[in-house]
Amino acid sequence: MRLLVCVKRVPAPGAKITLTPDGSEVDTTHLGFTVSPHEECAVEEAVRLVAAHGGSSTVLTLGPLAAEDQLRNAIAMGIDHGTLLPMEGPEWDARAVAGAIVDAVRVLEEDDGRFDLMLFGNESADAGNHQVAVRVAHALGRPVVDGVKGIEVTDGEVALRRAVADGHTVHHLPLPAVAAVKEGLNLPRYPAMRGRLMAKKATIRHVEPRHREGGLRRLRLRAPEQQRTETTVLGTGAAAAPAVADILEEVGLL
Amino acid sequence: MSTVLVLVEHTDGELARTSRETLTLARNLTEPVEGHLEVAAVGTWSDELRKEAAAFGVTAVHTLEHELLDADAPPAAVAEAVRQLMGVVTPSVVLGAASERGTPSFAHLAARTDLPLAANCTAVETVDDGWELTRLRWGGVLYEDAHLDAEVALLTVAPHQIAAVPATMPGPAELEPFTPELDEALTVARPVAREALSGGISLATAPVVLAGGRGMGSAEAFAVLEELASLLGGAVGCSRVATNAGWRSHNDQVGQTGTRVAPDLYLACGISGATQHWVGCMNAKRIVAVNTDAEAPMVTRAHEAVLGDLHEFLPALLEEVRSRKGG
Amino acid sequence: MSDVPSHASAVIIGAGIVGNSIVGHLAEKGWTELVLLDKGPLPDPGGSTGHASNFIFPVDHGKEIAHLTLDSQRQYEEMGVQTTTGGLEIARTPERMEELRRRMASARTWGIEAELLTPEEVAELVPFVDTSIVLGAFHTPSVSVVDSLQAGTIMRQRALDAGALTISANTEVLDLETDRGRVTAVVTDRGRIECEYVVVACGVWSPRIAAMAGANIPLTPAVHQMIDVGPIPLLERTRSEIAYPIVRDMDTNMYERQNGGDMEVGSYAHRPILHEPDEIPSIEAAQLSPTQLPFTQDDFDPQMEDALELMPELLDTPGAGIKHAINGLLSLTPDGAPLLGETPEVRGLWSAAAVWIKEGPGVGRVMAEWMTDGVTSIDVHGADIARFTPNQRTNHHVAARANEGFNKTYGIVHPHEQWESDRFVRLAPMHHRTRSLDAVYFEAGGWERPQWYEANADLVGEYGVADRPHEWDRRWWSPIITAEHLAMRDRAAMIDLTAFSIFEVQGAGACEYLDGVTVANMDRPPGRIIYTPVLTPDGGFRSDLTVVRLDWDRYRIITGGADWGRDLKWFTDHLPADGSAHLSDVTSAWTTVGLWGPQARRIASEVTSADVSNEGFPFGTARWAEIDGIRALMVRISYVGDLGWEIHAPVEQGQRLWDVLWEAGRPHGVVAAGGGVYGTTGRLEKGFRLMGAELDGEYDPVEAGLAFPKVKRADFVGKDAYLKARENEPAAVMCSMTVEDHSSASGPDRYPMAGSPLLTTAGERLEDPLGRPCFVTSSGTGPSVGKHLLLGYLPPEQARVGQELLVEYMGERYPVLVGSASRKGLFDPDDARMKA
Repeated sequence: MRLLVCVKRVPAPGAKITLTPDGSEVDTTHLGFTVSPHEECAVEEAVRLVAAHGGSSTVLTLGPLAAEDQLRNAIAMGIDHGTLLPMEGPEWDARAVAGAIVDAVRVLEEDDGRFDLMLFGNESADAGNHQVAVRVAHALGRPVVDGVKGIEVTDGEVALRRAVADGHTVHHLPLPAVAAVKEGLNLPRYPAMRGRLMAKKATIRHVEPRHREGGLRRLRLRAPEQQRTETTVLGTGAAAAPAVADILEEVGLL
Repeated sequence: MSTVLVLVEHTDGELARTSRETLTLARNLTEPVEGHLEVAAVGTWSDELRKEAAAFGVTAVHTLEHELLDADAPPAAVAEAVRQLMGVVTPSVVLGAASERGTPSFAHLAARTDLPLAANCTAVETVDDGWELTRLRWGGVLYEDAHLDAEVALLTVAPHQIAAVPATMPGPAELEPFTPELDEALTVARPVAREALSGGISLATAPVVLAGGRGMGSAEAFAVLEELASLLGGAVGCSRVATNAGWRSHNDQVGQTGTRVAPDLYLACGISGATQHWVGCMNAKRIVAVNTDAEAPMVTRAHEAVLGDLHEFLPALLEEVRSRKGG
Repeated sequence: MSDVPSHASAVIIGAGIVGNSIVGHLAEKGWTELVLLDKGPLPDPGGSTGHASNFIFPVDHGKEIAHLTLDSQRQYEEMGVQTTTGGLEIARTPERMEELRRRMASARTWGIEAELLTPEEVAELVPFVDTSIVLGAFHTPSVSVVDSLQAGTIMRQRALDAGALTISANTEVLDLETDRGRVTAVVTDRGRIECEYVVVACGVWSPRIAAMAGANIPLTPAVHQMIDVGPIPLLERTRSEIAYPIVRDMDTNMYERQNGGDMEVGSYAHRPILHEPDEIPSIEAAQLSPTQLPFTQDDFDPQMEDALELMPELLDTPGAGIKHAINGLLSLTPDGAPLLGETPEVRGLWSAAAVWIKEGPGVGRVMAEWMTDGVTSIDVHGADIARFTPNQRTNHHVAARANEGFNKTYGIVHPHEQWESDRFVRLAPMHHRTRSLDAVYFEAGGWERPQWYEANADLVGEYGVADRPHEWDRRWWSPIITAEHLAMRDRAAMIDLTAFSIFEVQGAGACEYLDGVTVANMDRPPGRIIYTPVLTPDGGFRSDLTVVRLDWDRYRIITGGADWGRDLKWFTDHLPADGSAHLSDVTSAWTTVGLWGPQARRIASEVTSADVSNEGFPFGTARWAEIDGIRALMVRISYVGDLGWEIHAPVEQGQRLWDVLWEAGRPHGVVAAGGGVYGTTGRLEKGFRLMGAELDGEYDPVEAGLAFPKVKRADFVGKDAYLKARENEPAAVMCSMTVEDHSSASGPDRYPMAGSPLLTTAGERLEDPLGRPCFVTSSGTGPSVGKHLLLGYLPPEQARVGQELLVEYMGERYPVLVGSASRKGLFDPDDARMKA
């Protein structure tokens, strides 16, 4: 089967996210880059599915040239091919991103055949738009389920487990299909050293994306006001147990 | 005269808290222009619900009536129904809660209308050439101020960011049922099975969450948290460290990529409080941190703290809870 | 947020291994009211200690670092935070095998058990190494891994238990206040602390903190990359943190260290990646910690191939991946050594920076000793922060040398290896002349000093000087040095001595002041030259130098180029508070040309009308003389053992002085001779000691053979210890030795260098009764005595003329004979030539 995984290059911030002085961007001077944990799971799942069912996998991203790093990391984990939709400048909104991915998928499918399953992260770590997978699926006329934490492929069909508050729902989709997955789907592997060296030499295909105005435009980023709470120290070690039990009573749990 | 349409959710005859929050935000868009605040809803609509909607200033309620629109209705079907309703109501803004059901429904609505969608908003106002809004990024640790230029604004509202406040002037909340035309093909993503969580109380809705992190040291150490949870009617949570160490399943993970919780009490044991975790628990009403390090971010952000070794504290707390329950 | 105390005896900034060790040792020495600050949380505030690999390879070629490391290992062991794992340094190339043989000698010198292993023996210890690419390995069984965070906690706790310490974590230093050159307070975001001592022990942030007081800590943060690869079942099965010896893959500048079920792979091979201290992220803004920066994968890729080549199966275990990868920050200094001691700019402001985990507790001890007693049990002059010249303290220089030095971390560094970057920045006034003679320049105190002159190549044939057959022995050396030496002894030589450090002391109290810091009697008539040791409070060598009394109230101090900063600080620190004596540094105002050899007097008489006869200008005196319009100071002294003068002239007339002497000297056969003659061949033939080689704080004048017949009445620093040393038999005696046979089993004749261990004829290691190892402190050719010469301390029973010994060099041993057990040199022991 043929799989496509879409990822997004995002900074890996520390306990506090610093902004550039004009507030337009996250200050990434000291930060490395990664993809969201959801997307790491998507990559892992694609590698496992190809190992189990044969076929090939492709990882795709829309981003700056440096986003090739994220593609190569995925290749080091076992993805077969990488495709970059190169763009520079300010972030595109979800509608524009989805449009570019749809264009690219059509190009890739024209050349090498249909993707049976396309995996997305449920939402990106930074923007959290929660919509690219659905937009792409809709444009391509394929069924989609979000919040996926379990994938099983059988003949011509995929069973998806969607996490909900009180458990799971199970969905059976005909292939080709799209899934937006969540962390917990699997435990992603670490890229092997050998894999990393191979990934370094891998050819990344570039497909020039076409930008169309999405409608949502960032004005600025800002950090919420820090509410400094004064922490009351209840005590140390075992001696603090009665005080905590008092709180349990106060909030009506005891 | 503009109309604002809100997709609301309800369970057991009550509007969801997130829907009430969404209505509160939506009203800010209608009040200055004396517009309509109308809602769309799936499922049986009761008189209780009508009263609640009225209290929030709702002028009209469009119940979406179709056999496919039951509790298991896939988001694509809900979205298609709302899209058709939009043709009738011609709203300028359509909002819904960024909830488990609302988020995918709006993604489908955006896809079907090919309109831009601003997710996880906390504020919005109308400006000359569209809307200016504030939305959450990075799981809520950053705000983005953005400009939305669209024929109709689609927005989801971040949960628990605004207090739900009834309107000063109740609305009539007139019932105007709407029957969309839905294709069978929309049911392709319908669930074929449903599996309830074993272990009873769900992490997302538990009134008390007992969470453990790196400081727990082992999978076995969580036994005391399990026991406390069963005594208190709560759920056990954990940090990403505990998941990655293999001590707990990812289902228990509280955080940006795990479960967001908002319990009455959050007991954080041996959790340092990295951003990834903090955004998952910051909406708890009360946070008690247990940590050896008095300067750990979790401790400095908590309401109360217990310093010292959690392996001494937790058994003592269990003993105390047992004796109070017994007595 | 708690407030900090308003007063402290000392504020230590930085709670890494260094700051913690310092508070522990200060408390042990009786200090109270100490405050330890860190802007991060405890126990891991986010500095370099927190991400250190924590392993210790004790063998180092240098004495200071070896001693600090061994002391630290003892302390870690005593704290119970040390695991001895053993370690292998692997050779893939013949050059590295040779280096490992050199390491064997250094191990013997410091008394550390070690052995050379064959590839088969390597495979027994680390079965996952591909021994087909290994030529051999240097095995140190005492290599260890330590828990540096726990060690820091224990050290802190000791000070807390003594009631001596207040700890304030999450406290940021905002300012350091000073008053008239002294530090007076630390201003933090939790309050202001008045104090007399501040210790900057904050690693890569040290320059930023010290700058608040106007002081300079010349280091730069630099990246060391490491990755963690796992899980590896073979390692997991050991069920321990570390069960296999640590492997240093020396030729690829890498190490592999087991870390539980993973293998940590670290590198010093990648391009130098330097950072600015001001650009290190804050704790909150850093992804992992401020000193664990995002990994730059491309830099590491070549190293990954090297690692896979050495441990192919282990690192390629199915399922094992790169779990963690960082660009860890560490501190690099211009010369690679730590930065210890009081800063020369601000009194009371101390530096303890650029220290590795392996030296941490040892540095804590010496810092506490230094701050308490003014003297350290391990001599650390090579780490003294005062050692740098002004140009060496610039960011420009620090960056250049750190860039060049980074890849030397595991490199094969020849003891005389010269730096390539930021050279030719301090030039002698006769530089154009020496350059036209094709001088080969060595660096001395930041100056460019000719080491030999290629223009003298013809002398090699003239004097029939043999080259050294082995490349290593020949590197940074030339037979021309020997030829220049013989020409000097035969005719005369001119030596560019511009690198000398020169201070002038003036004032009514000049004599009294100098008498208080020197051993020799300073109350001599004007015109006298006075050689004197300068002692530490406990009687070891702080310096040795010559003083010229220019007038009743005016002295000139002449000391080595490399000693400038430390000596200037020492003399400045001891100036009288009443202002009765002033000191000025005139190094850059005066140049010096040495003129020595049998023809020196004739040449001198042709350029000056001054009386240069032995009667009119005896040895040990100095005179102002006019030399072709230059008012020069002629100083009749010699470090090479021949008749002649050091001639001081104003810098702007230095070239003229050189030209005049050259013109006059050529008919008499004068040659230009370099530092090879001045610092090595001439000096060693005379048995003259050198500060930093034979002389340091761990040896006293009696042992060095430099005690005077009489002790002056005046009190001086170290006098009590000096008197005591004179009453007892010395525990070691500085001796001059000759190598009696150079032939090696491996073929070419070899010429042992400094650092080589001295052994009994039975091959036993020698230590003096105080446990100090016996090794070669200086070595070099003695052209006029026809032997290769060694200096070194020997226990009294071996310190006898005619005593036979062995010296170990590059894995082989060579017979040695003691030629002198006193200050007398082997050439012209009665000094007839220089007093002629």
